[in-house]
Amino acid sequence: MHPLAETIQARFPDGFLSAQEWRGDLAVTVKREALHAIGRFLKDDPSMACDYIVHVSSVDWPDEEERFEVVYEVYSIRHRHRIRVKTRVPERDCFVDSLTDIWPGADFMEREVFDMMGIRFNNHPDMRRILMPDDFPEGYPLRKDFPLQGKGWRDTFDFLNEGAAS
Amino acid sequence: MGLIQIGKKHEKDGDIGVITLSLEKAANWARKGSLWPMTFGLACCAIEMIAAVSSRYDVDRYGAGVFRGSPRQSDLMIVAGTVCRRMAPVIRKIYDQMPEPKYVISMGSCATSGNIYDSYSVVQGVDRFVPVDIYVPGCPPTPEALFDGILKLQDQIMQKRVFTKQPEEVRPKEKAVG
Amino acid sequence: MAHLEDQRETIYKVDPANPETKDLPILRTEELLLNMGPQHPATHGVLKVILDLEGERITKSTVVMGFLHRGVEKLAEYGTYHQFIPHTDRLDYVCAMYNNFAYCRAVEKLMNVTVPERAEYLRTIVAEVQRIIGHLFWLGTQALDIGAMTVFFYTFRDREILLDWFDELCGARLTTSWYRIGGVERDFTASLETRIRDFLAYFPPKIDEYVVFLEKNRIWLARTVGVAVISAEDALGYGLSGPTLRGSGVDYDLRKYESYGAYPKCEFSVPVGKNGDTYDRYWIRIEEMRESIKIIRQCMDQMPKEGPVLADVPSVTLPPKNRVFTNLESMIQQFKLFSQGFDAPPGEIYCGTEAHKGELGFYIVSTGGGKPYRLKIRSPSFIHMGAFDYMAKGYMIADAVTIFGSYDIVMGECDR
Repeated sequence: MHPLAETIQARFPDGFLSAQEWRGDLAVTVKREALHAIGRFLKDDPSMACDYIVHVSSVDWPDEEERFEVVYEVYSIRHRHRIRVKTRVPERDCFVDSLTDIWPGADFMEREVFDMMGIRFNNHPDMRRILMPDDFPEGYPLRKDFPLQGKGWRDTFDFLNEGAAS
Repeated sequence: MGLIQIGKKHEKDGDIGVITLSLEKAANWARKGSLWPMTFGLACCAIEMIAAVSSRYDVDRYGAGVFRGSPRQSDLMIVAGTVCRRMAPVIRKIYDQMPEPKYVISMGSCATSGNIYDSYSVVQGVDRFVPVDIYVPGCPPTPEALFDGILKLQDQIMQKRVFTKQPEEVRPKEKAVG
Repeated sequence: MAHLEDQRETIYKVDPANPETKDLPILRTEELLLNMGPQHPATHGVLKVILDLEGERITKSTVVMGFLHRGVEKLAEYGTYHQFIPHTDRLDYVCAMYNNFAYCRAVEKLMNVTVPERAEYLRTIVAEVQRIIGHLFWLGTQALDIGAMTVFFYTFRDREILLDWFDELCGARLTTSWYRIGGVERDFTASLETRIRDFLAYFPPKIDEYVVFLEKNRIWLARTVGVAVISAEDALGYGLSGPTLRGSGVDYDLRKYESYGAYPKCEFSVPVGKNGDTYDRYWIRIEEMRESIKIIRQCMDQMPKEGPVLADVPSVTLPPKNRVFTNLESMIQQFKLFSQGFDAPPGEIYCGTEAHKGELGFYIVSTGGGKPYRLKIRSPSFIHMGAFDYMAKGYMIADAVTIFGSYDIVMGECDR
């Protein structure tokens, strides 16, 4: 196993689930409850020093029990290593702790995850949609059960009638 | 075009002979020569629209170079780029704010038909909620193609009726102004 | 608010104890909400910013984006890997080649494809040409936005030369799609090589010309020096990258950190700023254009004179065009690659590339088969806008344009 993954495992034996290394990328899967603590460790520990947040992403696995996967990728400028931290969330309890207090840049990225996939983040300062309008009626576009052409919103122009009425 | 007949001398000599034209043509001629477009870039095509204004192409040659930031001052809306559903009410509002006579050029495939973006948030053509005069094809159209569109629009303007009633759908909505 | 209270005291001499001053009109102070965009000449596209103002100072800003959200990430799941290349052109439409490059690199990492040497050089040359175009565009529009119009015409004059060069290279000015998975679409012709060499001789004095316009321009200096300062630590926490991060003194440049293409074989330096303000970011972009010239020149000299420009991995890369037109098997192969795609191994990769705006990354999850299961684009513009509220606090309304201009945002990439 990758030494960085071993360090995380040694420090968080309960929260750590598994580590994969493929094509030179290190990915660590952790429990949802431990995500925030591990994030704090990655940022503050001098051996990790992951001060640069690369991206926050999400994947939908509709056939699995814990349907959604939230992916954080962080980078250390000092040590030049990249770690991907993943955690799984079930659909009925779709909450993850926000890492905005650790990396402020996570703010917009987590909002995008919420907007596109419908995963909510606890303790997020401004949990609103970001790319779609606040009153978008059709759900979360990047879920696998969302049709590509949408459910008709793009073809409704209700603002035309509003103008005529006034 | 037989619009203006000047004397035998060159027009730059400043000594104009005779001008014969109908009032309607004069009005149209003035309109076509001072199309003020609005800076209304949505996506990729906006970059080519900027290029059309800049050093090499210089759209000013056709009288369409005075780009205005405000819809109240402009005659021409060049819808340059992908029209997303979220942007649609804004486009319509801007169109409604423009004074008559107003023209719309749909620049590029996205504005015309949605292009490759057959997705949940892209309107499949701006003509679904704004009347369009000229469609310019291309992804993005080169500045030359945009010029072609502008010239075609100018031809179209010359055919317009000025002193008769405009068709219903392009008239601005009459608002109760106190 | 405190200074406004003082102002009221001095103007109206309100004295609660004196009943005569009671009826004097009281200067009402309240915070103003200013709505900027989405149709605004200086927002570089369809961006809306709601500014809370106290007088002319920004106390809070709310970024509203998504007016150009085209659902590219969703569309990616419905097309094969090859079919996604034209979509990447239209992400950051100022800088299409670099988007192609970043995407192809990501898929090559997924498929473990090695690119032939000549193709690596061609890719690097074109990528650097694209970087120059991107910086020229930025310089022109940024100068136009904050009151130096002449530069715009000069930068666009030189940008057109390179766009013509692109036109000859791939037949398009903006949406190029010249990169292919495993290489590039076609080789340079002799004419292209001469033209780029001519440009290398032509361009360096022109950079000095732009600098002359700006570095002693009092308006430019007043509106860039000390505006939108961000410390290195904050910039990293916000995920900023590219010139915006390097302006704050962090030398994070993926061309050096995780070198790719022909960059390891070239000598170039990464300009790094000190103050983290808009002027430093401008200076870095000017210096990067000079470095790009160096890189292109070295690549032109070192490049192997001939060789394949597309990797020969029939299961992944496209067959050469002349064979597609003459050979039935190649045509079927090309058809299958586009309609069904190649069989990607299950797994997930992230691959970042240093585009001229910052780190442009692609995170691809594959479950096998010809289509990506999930494709996430890490777009620098989007992430830079996340820091806008933090960076705009305390500056004037007019500086808002400078600040998001200094990120070099493009909404196509920001909203995807």
